[in-house]
Amino acid sequence: MGMFSAGRGLVGLVLAGLLWLSAGSALGASEASSAPDPGRGLLTELAEADYNGKKAVIDTIVASGDERSRRWLESLADGKLQRLKDSGDFVIVLRNRGREWPVVDALTFEDAGEVSRRALDRIRINNALRGYLDSSLALFDLRVDDPQARLVAARDLIGEVDESSVEPIARLLAEESDSDVVTTLELALAIQRLDQGDVEAVEVLAGNLDSRARAALSQASRSDDPTLAAAASEALTSIEQVLKINRAAETLYFGLSLGSVLVLAAIGLAITFGVMGVINMAHGELIMLGAYTTWAMQQVLPGQPGLALLLSIPAGFLVAALAGVAIERSVIQFLKGRPLETLLATFGVSLILQQLVRTVISPLNRTVVTPEWMSGSLMVNDALSLTLNRLYVLGFALLVFAALMLVMRRTRLGLEVRAVTQNRAMARAMGIRATRVDILTFALGSGVAGLAGVALSQLTNVGPNLGQNYIIDSFMVVVFGGVGNLWGTLVAGLSLGVINQVLEPWAGAVLAKILVLVFIILFIQKRPRGLFPQKGRAAEG
Amino acid sequence: MWLTRPLSERSTLLFLAVLGVVMALVVACNLWLPRGHALHVSTYTVTLLGKYLCYALLAVAVDLVWGYLGILSLGHGAFFALGGYAMGMYLMRQIGDRGVYGDPQLPDFMVFLNWDSLPWYWQGFDMAWFAFLMVLLAPGLLALVFGFLAFRSRVTGVYLSIITQALTFALMLAFFRNEMGFGGNNGLTDFKELMGFDLTAHATRLGLFIASGVALALGYVLCRAIVVSKLGRVCIAVRDAEARTRFLGYRVERYQLFVFMVSAMLAGVAGALYVPQVGIINPSEFSPLFSIEIVVWVALGGRATLFGAVIGALVVNYAKSVFTGVMPEAWLFALGALFVLVTVMLPNGIAGLLRRRRGDAEQVPTSTTTTTEAST
Repeated sequence: MGMFSAGRGLVGLVLAGLLWLSAGSALGASEASSAPDPGRGLLTELAEADYNGKKAVIDTIVASGDERSRRWLESLADGKLQRLKDSGDFVIVLRNRGREWPVVDALTFEDAGEVSRRALDRIRINNALRGYLDSSLALFDLRVDDPQARLVAARDLIGEVDESSVEPIARLLAEESDSDVVTTLELALAIQRLDQGDVEAVEVLAGNLDSRARAALSQASRSDDPTLAAAASEALTSIEQVLKINRAAETLYFGLSLGSVLVLAAIGLAITFGVMGVINMAHGELIMLGAYTTWAMQQVLPGQPGLALLLSIPAGFLVAALAGVAIERSVIQFLKGRPLETLLATFGVSLILQQLVRTVISPLNRTVVTPEWMSGSLMVNDALSLTLNRLYVLGFALLVFAALMLVMRRTRLGLEVRAVTQNRAMARAMGIRATRVDILTFALGSGVAGLAGVALSQLTNVGPNLGQNYIIDSFMVVVFGGVGNLWGTLVAGLSLGVINQVLEPWAGAVLAKILVLVFIILFIQKRPRGLFPQKGRAAEG
Repeated sequence: MWLTRPLSERSTLLFLAVLGVVMALVVACNLWLPRGHALHVSTYTVTLLGKYLCYALLAVAVDLVWGYLGILSLGHGAFFALGGYAMGMYLMRQIGDRGVYGDPQLPDFMVFLNWDSLPWYWQGFDMAWFAFLMVLLAPGLLALVFGFLAFRSRVTGVYLSIITQALTFALMLAFFRNEMGFGGNNGLTDFKELMGFDLTAHATRLGLFIASGVALALGYVLCRAIVVSKLGRVCIAVRDAEARTRFLGYRVERYQLFVFMVSAMLAGVAGALYVPQVGIINPSEFSPLFSIEIVVWVALGGRATLFGAVIGALVVNYAKSVFTGVMPEAWLFALGALFVLVTVMLPNGIAGLLRRRRGDAEQVPTSTTTTTEAST
């Protein structure tokens, strides 16, 4: 029986809606239509009533369900709903500058040309009415079908609820189905009740991380009512505690994110410098090449930034690896055993690469698009949100690290690399082609730099100076972690990132960086071989 | 006396003679040839040459530690800039109330930052003797502290190079901060006069040029004196076999520290003479690129020769002036190629070429650190 009546109610509603729709379309279709537009009547009432009367008319408009009413109320609040003096027709002013104002018809929203501002009468409102209009508009949006839009409207209501809107909000709350909207509305109502001195409202607000809830509580904690003040300040302390934990988590996240960038930039260097002992000052420029590969890939595949990014992972590796091989063959192989000269020569290479990019592409930064699945953030709660691109880069860094560990520990190449670095002559005597191993290792380290570039293109500007900004940091990470030790690089990179972020709030970004540099300089004095020095034969190199 | 010993060497006398003759010619051509004359040297060129002489002194300082001690410092620009800042602070105080804001005490940028009094580290810089003392002490102290920590824990070779680079990088970041009280990004500029002489006057510019030349000559003789003394012999031993020298009973870190400090002070003097000639000092002098450029001057000229450093500094900077004027795009290509070519094809630099022609038997060893010694 109940179901039956509910069904009949639904049918009635649909029928009414259809009728209304057909009426609306008829209206829009022709002005000659004989059916009188109820909107015109409403607007006339609105224009002619006094301020108190206008309030009632606004309610009627909201209740009418007319789909034009939102725009009416909006333009009324902006003072843009006006009436032609001679014909008494209603128009909405689009731009109220100059003498002639472009207007649209308020009933059909059709273009009505330009009208002299003298020919217009504004429908006047006062401040009280404007506040009422704002909350009516918010209530209006609470009735739309899209739950996301309702949530936005509900958020706008927080802190804006006054006595007059309590009742309609409570009514909407009872009908609301979306749980997020329900919580938000409850919060909005609770803040209003708290302002009225309701102690029970504290319970609703306790544990809520919204800043406006906190503001309301801190105001209540200063209230004259001792029970209310005590309850509010207790709730406040518990919120502060939760916030503190969240802030710590956020710092840790940003630190790890910065650290993952450092690890990515340094891990290739850990191979070429750490394992092979070759100082490659052009390492930063290999990172830059990786970033530019991503940019180029996105130019080749316009409109598909995600695919381009995925493809540029192997492409960036290849480009940087080839560039690395070119550097190794043309410069480094002639400077074996002369590390300081290698440093200078590769620095020259880095200058050439930078200028090459400036001349061939542009001295300006290029924009690399972040694909949709990487943008936005992961909301853990109101106070803690993790940006997705950083999360991806963090994961990518760990992945690259794991892959590199596998290569060094589990493949023939890794074995040969370790053999050649420990004792070159003996390795050659065992039949290992040392030169080939040199080239492959250098290509591997350089390719990883390219991967770092691909990841960095998602976090920073891609420009000719990209690599320069990371070269000193990368060397610091490798030296701090202990040369020749991949695990050391990982630990050093992540911990330096976290240290930097922890220092930043009270020292500022630049000073934090300086402090970290000074810390490393001092650390190297204390432990010249880094956090995890190599032991045994490898240490004697 | 050991300081005058180099004056009995033929090479030192030759160097001093060439330097003296060239400078005398420049001054003469500036003063006595009419403006339109083909050989007239404009005051602008004199100042430019004065700048090159400062760079040459800086290069000699780097050569002293790199060529004879085997320490490749990628942070000597920091000492140069510190000397420059000490001089700049003196010049700032000399402006007095002639600044834009007309404050008799505070430099313009401090007024702009709403500071109401001079920070303590600016006190005393209105006195010339104090400022000139700081030109030596500021870089010297930094070298002392840094060197003490580094050499005591036997940080050498590439590691030392990298942390010197980090040092100058950190200082650059620090000096970029407005809160440091050194003018931040813009540095110190708008200087008016030096010890009562108007900085824009021709005579002052000539005087600064001559002072730079004299400083270069004195610095050269000092370095030469160190090199030929017993101290210098120990330095070369440290460069070629640090561990062996230590086992022979020498306190290696003391020699390193002393020579490093001398070198830093020379760099500071070069910076102090440089600032009034270019009229500005800002944090870009701390940039790692500048420091590493100094090294390539020395590499091009030829390490462990001292006069090679002078030649390298003059050649590279002249080339830089020409290139940046004619085709600025190409300069970094040229500089980059210079780095590669010199290290790969010309390990002994221009001085090495000259030697080879003369058939001199003396060879500059290519091994520079104990690390290489152990691995080869």
